[in-house]
Amino acid sequence: MRTGTIIAGFTLGPKLHQGGMAVLHEATHPDHSLPMLMKLPLLTEGQDPAAIVGFEMEQMILPRLEGPHVPRCIAMGHEPLPWIVMERVRGETLLPLFDRLPLPIAEVVETGALVAEALCALHRQGVVHLDVKPGNIMRVDGDCGARVVLLDFGLSHHALLPDLMAEEFRLPYGSAPYMAPEQLMGIRGDPASDLFGLAAMLYAMSTGRNPFGDPQHMSHMKRRLWWDPPPPRALRPDCPPWLQEIILRNLEIEPGRRHPTAAQMAFDLRHPEQVSQTPRAGKLKRDPWGARIRRRFHPDHQPRLKRNAIAMAQSGAPIIMVAVDTAVTAAELCTAMRRMVTQIMATLPGARVACVNVLQIHLLRPDMTLDEEGRNKHLQRLLELRHWSAELKLPEARLTHHVLEAVDPADALLEYARLNRADHIILGASESSLGRRVLGSVSGQVARDAPCSVTVVRLRPG
Amino acid sequence: MRIALLADIHGNLEALEACLAHAATQGAQRLIFLGDLVGYGANPEAVVARVRGLMDQGAITLRGNHDEAALHGPQGFSTLAAIAMRWTQARLDGAAKQFLAALPFTHAEGDCLYTHADASNPPEWRYVTEAQEARRSLGATHARLTFCGHTHVPALFALTATGKLVHHSPAPDVMLPLLRPRRWLAVIGAVGQPRDRNPAACYGLLDTARAECGWMRVPYDIEAAARKIRAAELPEALAARLFEGQ
Repeated sequence: MRTGTIIAGFTLGPKLHQGGMAVLHEATHPDHSLPMLMKLPLLTEGQDPAAIVGFEMEQMILPRLEGPHVPRCIAMGHEPLPWIVMERVRGETLLPLFDRLPLPIAEVVETGALVAEALCALHRQGVVHLDVKPGNIMRVDGDCGARVVLLDFGLSHHALLPDLMAEEFRLPYGSAPYMAPEQLMGIRGDPASDLFGLAAMLYAMSTGRNPFGDPQHMSHMKRRLWWDPPPPRALRPDCPPWLQEIILRNLEIEPGRRHPTAAQMAFDLRHPEQVSQTPRAGKLKRDPWGARIRRRFHPDHQPRLKRNAIAMAQSGAPIIMVAVDTAVTAAELCTAMRRMVTQIMATLPGARVACVNVLQIHLLRPDMTLDEEGRNKHLQRLLELRHWSAELKLPEARLTHHVLEAVDPADALLEYARLNRADHIILGASESSLGRRVLGSVSGQVARDAPCSVTVVRLRPG
Repeated sequence: MRIALLADIHGNLEALEACLAHAATQGAQRLIFLGDLVGYGANPEAVVARVRGLMDQGAITLRGNHDEAALHGPQGFSTLAAIAMRWTQARLDGAAKQFLAALPFTHAEGDCLYTHADASNPPEWRYVTEAQEARRSLGATHARLTFCGHTHVPALFALTATGKLVHHSPAPDVMLPLLRPRRWLAVIGAVGQPRDRNPAACYGLLDTARAECGWMRVPYDIEAAARKIRAAELPEALAARLFEGQ
């Protein structure tokens, strides 16, 4: 297609990029003022015909996606070639980052959290990307901070749409360094495959090398079904144990052993001090050769790759945020809240609880947290939170504690829920009082403005 | 334009009325009945009368194997189906039976083909339940989109750019894209006797402008439909299966 060609009213501008399967042109339209791209498939001699299947998959999926982590689809059509017009995202892919490996740990963690947050948004819309790699991830630095936009849905799987790629068996489509073991075996649609891809990227960013190299043949690619890479700390001694825990957990061969959701992975990357560490965190050597041989040859030690997991099914592993106001909550209400949390946790084995308390600071003394009195108060609140949660009898991996310092408790709780992708907020009803009638209650404001479900626990009077 | 596709009503007036009302709220401007108005259910006369009234307003109706059997008697039917068909034959007058047995096998319109079962040989009444059967049906016609019923189980088959046949189980109430250059075969579930373990009535909603199709699921008064089957002393299994969706 030449510059100046008009397709359905869109005028093709200069070619911006040519990948293995598609070409991107700048595009303009009199009715659309935003910067746009037209994507066209590469239909040359000798081209893999499956490329067109992937292109059509993207034509089905992209118009059904929304939000800040995907390019907005403007239009698509089929004449004279299949085409998609989408918003042109101004940013840079992660490829330049991969030219200067290894990266500082803080940069690895920040990038990982941004990607996990974008994957969370994608999974919640029922889509597994299945080709998570530096070139498909664009970092956008905007006014409200950085975010990541995911690109190229040609290999993706949508939980509700026909999977046209399902019958393309000849090759395990995906990118060799980052492809999850189950994808190699033709299993599509498990969101944990994207977490594996992200973990492989985090491994490369921390250590400077891919965990499984960049194999070109199927037999070499399948090594990751039994072979484990050296732990990151063996190659990068200053990689913190908690980061190694996150990386190795999501490089687990069995999808069921990785984080239950992208939101939970993002949560751990954002709260290092709260990551529950297993022996993975301290590992400095690969598994003993016997274990690897067993995984490869012993029928009883074959990894279970297939499980009943679809994107969108966040309900089994939600992040449940419990706002506990230890200072004023009556003992009976504390007990009722614990009962509520216990009931919910009992039915959801993947769920985790974040106990949150707001330490109110005063506008007139904003520096309070810096003095001794402030530090003591913060610590005291944390101890009270732990005291409250102890009776939940939850393992460390399913429980975290956070003291927020803020002027307005409701605002702080809402912000926390938004940033941490909480699925459910549980809090106690405010005491009936003059203040509540005049100023409105915290629980009322949270219930009204929360980005997720809210349960207000209230004691029946009398 | 939005078209409601109603297959396998099987004498279930409650399910039919619920689907017609739902289709109206979805902006369906046309109705196409994909066969099997009668058989199994207790209201064959009322369903035939209702559909004939809608045909006067432009609805298209195709022949199903149970409609044919209303005149010629059950052939190759299961025991339950044969019992219900003999009961149905006794209920319908001659004109209704003639009407049913004279319905056309297929209807072609634009790039769409509508029929009751496998389109490669409609009088054979073959099921389309798996990829090979879908390939046979698609291979016999030039229609880009084929719509049929007969199996009582929703399914969507796609013929991909590489010639692979993909089988998809449509989720309820989701409009699915029937991408333009590709050929698709949509098996619409049953209005009057769903068999996919979802007891809600099923009809198809085709949006021709957007090239999308949805398998809509509509709750209806199963108690009333079952009560009539029991009152007519038809086999109990025909009433019980409505609650189970099988």
